[in-house]
Amino acid sequence: MIQPTHSSRRILLPARSWFIWLSLSLALLLNLIPFGRLPGVPDWVALVLAFWCVHQPLRIGMGSAFMLGLLMDIVDSSVMGQHALAYVPLAFAASGLSRRILWFPLAHQALHVLPMLLGAQIVMVVARMIGGGEFPGLLYFLSSFIAAGIWYPLTYLLLLPQYRPVERDENRPI
Amino acid sequence: MSAVGHSPPPFFKRGPAPLAQLIFFVTLAIALLFIDLRFHTLEWVRFGVATVVWPVQRLAGMPVEAAGETAQYFSSLATLQAENAAYKKKQLATANQLLRQEYLELENKRLRALLDMRASQPAVGRVAEILYAARDPFSRRVIVDKGLQAGIEAGQAVIDDIGVIGQVTRTFPLTSEVTLLTDKDQAIPVEVQRNGLRAVLNGTGAGMMELRFLAANADVKPGDVLVTSGIDGVYLAGLPVARVSSIDRDNSYAFARIYCDPLAGVERHGQVLVLGKREDLPPPPEEVASDKDKSTKGKKFKKRLRP
Repeated sequence: MIQPTHSSRRILLPARSWFIWLSLSLALLLNLIPFGRLPGVPDWVALVLAFWCVHQPLRIGMGSAFMLGLLMDIVDSSVMGQHALAYVPLAFAASGLSRRILWFPLAHQALHVLPMLLGAQIVMVVARMIGGGEFPGLLYFLSSFIAAGIWYPLTYLLLLPQYRPVERDENRPI
Repeated sequence: MSAVGHSPPPFFKRGPAPLAQLIFFVTLAIALLFIDLRFHTLEWVRFGVATVVWPVQRLAGMPVEAAGETAQYFSSLATLQAENAAYKKKQLATANQLLRQEYLELENKRLRALLDMRASQPAVGRVAEILYAARDPFSRRVIVDKGLQAGIEAGQAVIDDIGVIGQVTRTFPLTSEVTLLTDKDQAIPVEVQRNGLRAVLNGTGAGMMELRFLAANADVKPGDVLVTSGIDGVYLAGLPVARVSSIDRDNSYAFARIYCDPLAGVERHGQVLVLGKREDLPPPPEEVASDKDKSTKGKKFKKRLRP
């Protein structure tokens, strides 16, 4: 039987470390924008972290997730360890399932990422409710769905540097 | 679950197994959570990092600020005129009280001197502006633009033009964090203005507050105004705090459930006044009860020993 293939996959250039870290710090900057209690603003750091854990599981893993989580805790003025506790299982799941996820087309990839992001949010809610915080309402979980919806443009954007051809051609724009 | 689907050959360095890493980092995170929630000993880390990332944070805040300013710029002349007229009306309405306040304060001072009471403390404060609401969805906090450099200290009360909005809980060099009254379990000692009944008002989250531990037949009515009682040594006495919105006197509970709405614009943005630290109250009386307790316990013990 012929294996179902969804598309021809281009051989990509290797990802550069500085670009990975640049994208993660940009995500952190986006997370700093004070939207207050507006529901549905995606957690950019979790999303970009999940992306790199899926695409580069050997470079970005649970250690990076932990450090990013601690940074988020400080700038978010939440309890220390809250984001770290949520991002580490997210990184574990994303890098563990990366070979499986990459086999699927982008829409199905987003469906794989959605439960991971939701799981991270649920971990945060449980940790804070035990610590005496208030329940933020069900709309809080909307941000995971929106983040999963962004998966398609995000993949395109973050893989763009790896799409460049090896040799430059003056007559070709990209 | 390895990255390539099968276990790696031993000559590639991969670090510890994923499951071991997961357990290590999760344990570390839980330990941090516990330390921060219980002992609050990690504030210095937060202070350091927050100071370093402050410029970046301001940069990220710019788009939102700019949007707010643009909206303000385009708010039409008519709205401004209406607002202005309303303010003038309000000023006239309160002019009577304002003009006589100095006289009343002097009179109050004289009377207090006559009665040999402690002079009530004058309120001094610093005007600060609310920069933004903290992103943390599990608590109700705002960030104001005055910090350690302006002499703000943790514990100071914050009010707006109508009443108390909260208390400074963390200070950074240039900003400070105000926990709002509606934050879950944020407590403030109050008294009912009508009859002076003292109680403690607690935030319940979701923009509401609750008057706890009052007997089911306590003399509280919907519409009663609650003001600070001032016995805590933090808030000045007599600041308006909340209005009772509904009371649920269910006999199956020992206490009445009294829900209140904040009077001040607790969840709105704008200018606030950070009140100065209050003079220290006289020290509380020594706890005699505990000593008695100990001695009686000792006696009981002895009694038990004897037979």
